[in-house]
Amino acid sequence: MTRSALPIGVWIAGVFLALAVLGPWLAPYSPRTIDLAHEYETPSLRHLLGTTDNGVDILSMLLHGARLAGIVAITVVLGSLAIGTLLGTLAGYRGGRSDHVISGVCDLVQAFPSLVLNVAVLALVARPGLLHLVLALLVNGWVLFARIARAQALVLRQAEFVQAARALGYSEARIVTRHVMPSLMGPLVVQASAALGSTVLAESTLSFLGLGPGASASFGALLDQGSSVLLRFPHVALIAGSAIALTVYGCHRTGDYLRDRLDPRS
Amino acid sequence: MRAPLLRYVAARLVRALLTVFGVVSLLFVLLHAVPGDPVQAILGDQAAPEDRAALRSALRLDQPLVGQYAAFLGDVADGSLGHSFRQRGTTVASLIAQVLPFTCALAGSALGFALIVALPLGALAAVRRGTRWDAAASSFALVGLAVPNIWLGPLLVLGFGVWLRVLPMPGDEPSFASSILPTVTVGAALAAILTRQTRAALTEVLAEPYIRAARARGIAEPTLVFRHALRNALLPVLTIAGAQLGALLSGAVVAEKIFERPGLGTLFLEAFFDRDMPVVQGVALVIALFYVLVNLAIDLLYGFVDPRLRRA
Repeated sequence: MTRSALPIGVWIAGVFLALAVLGPWLAPYSPRTIDLAHEYETPSLRHLLGTTDNGVDILSMLLHGARLAGIVAITVVLGSLAIGTLLGTLAGYRGGRSDHVISGVCDLVQAFPSLVLNVAVLALVARPGLLHLVLALLVNGWVLFARIARAQALVLRQAEFVQAARALGYSEARIVTRHVMPSLMGPLVVQASAALGSTVLAESTLSFLGLGPGASASFGALLDQGSSVLLRFPHVALIAGSAIALTVYGCHRTGDYLRDRLDPRS
Repeated sequence: MRAPLLRYVAARLVRALLTVFGVVSLLFVLLHAVPGDPVQAILGDQAAPEDRAALRSALRLDQPLVGQYAAFLGDVADGSLGHSFRQRGTTVASLIAQVLPFTCALAGSALGFALIVALPLGALAAVRRGTRWDAAASSFALVGLAVPNIWLGPLLVLGFGVWLRVLPMPGDEPSFASSILPTVTVGAALAAILTRQTRAALTEVLAEPYIRAARARGIAEPTLVFRHALRNALLPVLTIAGAQLGALLSGAVVAEKIFERPGLGTLFLEAFFDRDMPVVQGVALVIALFYVLVNLAIDLLYGFVDPRLRRA
């Protein structure tokens, strides 16, 4: 493969993001249109991917599900990136007590499987909605970003250009925001694209377990419906599962691709 | 020689205890810092004010935060983990004890499955680097990582239960055969990760001078790989397995739902839908403590196996 050719994973991630934006306009039906006469139909010209529970069009449900997954993933990743960069830079650059506290909290959050922590947080609200889902995913989403930012900041603190800025008498705030943080961004961008995939998977898993925002169409909820009728109508679960697996695979490969491109050593 | 080992063990124990305390505190802070009223969540909008007040005091929400924290620590310290809301008079600990064996068996067999697949496959890939075997192991690892467990479970049921009809469907009588698909669902991703890890670790060890020396002494290749090299490669593999324990337990939650099995995950989800907060907290806590303990055990094992680490 030539160096300029984009791997298939990047295309998949791109299509997913495009559908997250355009999906609801492309959808031929509403994900709430009930058509009991055509329940659990296999793919046909009328319903390109068939229908599920109550005759809802699967393609339309997936297109709306891409919107939900996209909104959740992008919000959670941007939020995690902001919180993680801030705390990680603080820990790595300042060191000492701030480092102890922040690294300690990271260790504690990571002692819980992320799914378990997400469920525990969601249990606090009567009807978890989109906002609660995002908050629950943020609770552990920031940790990996903080760890990466900390490791980078530890190195950058000693870097010559940072020492030069210090020698020039720049304020600490200016050094951190104008010199340290921009140099952190490479590895954090790589982590962000991988985190997009993990967040889509986390949203799907929570929806699959029945903990997602109830009113919205979601990949995971569709897979859950499909799993309960696996014996008679396997196409529902097959299509929903493929959508999840493809999206997650695409985002992870995009992360790998960016790492290879951004890291001159590899 | 004894003193450094003792000091190593003591230091690790103290750190594990501090982590346990931290985990309990973090859970308390989180569950009180997140916006949301548990009373509202449990009773809904239409409850009578007296009921709300009664629940509020049963939940100790009428006490100051410090008091709630002390009571929570007390429940953890006496081992009861508090009482369930839904099944009055039952301690959370006894609810957990009823289902813990099922989840431990599932997680244990998944770990066993992962090791049985990953060690030979990773070793083969390392020894036959660049051959078809190596490529096969890499593709297995890639597929294992790319297929999420919520998708793998239904796929396996479809393939082996519905189409081939060789293994029982979810909800059938528990038997050895009925635990195969859940085991694979939980263990597949770990098997993929450990295959990669074994290959990488073994490749590194096989390049060491002592292996070349052993080969020069005429030691047979299988003995060389399994007795001399794999042993040293096992430590990093074990560490990764420990770090992946959380993912393994998350996988158990998913698999217990798909295969309709009793266990910690089923208890956890039921407690979630009942808004039985003490049970939700208790299960989360037990899972985190389990994680801390297993990683402590791996740390200690490291100390026994590799004397260089005792100084750290």
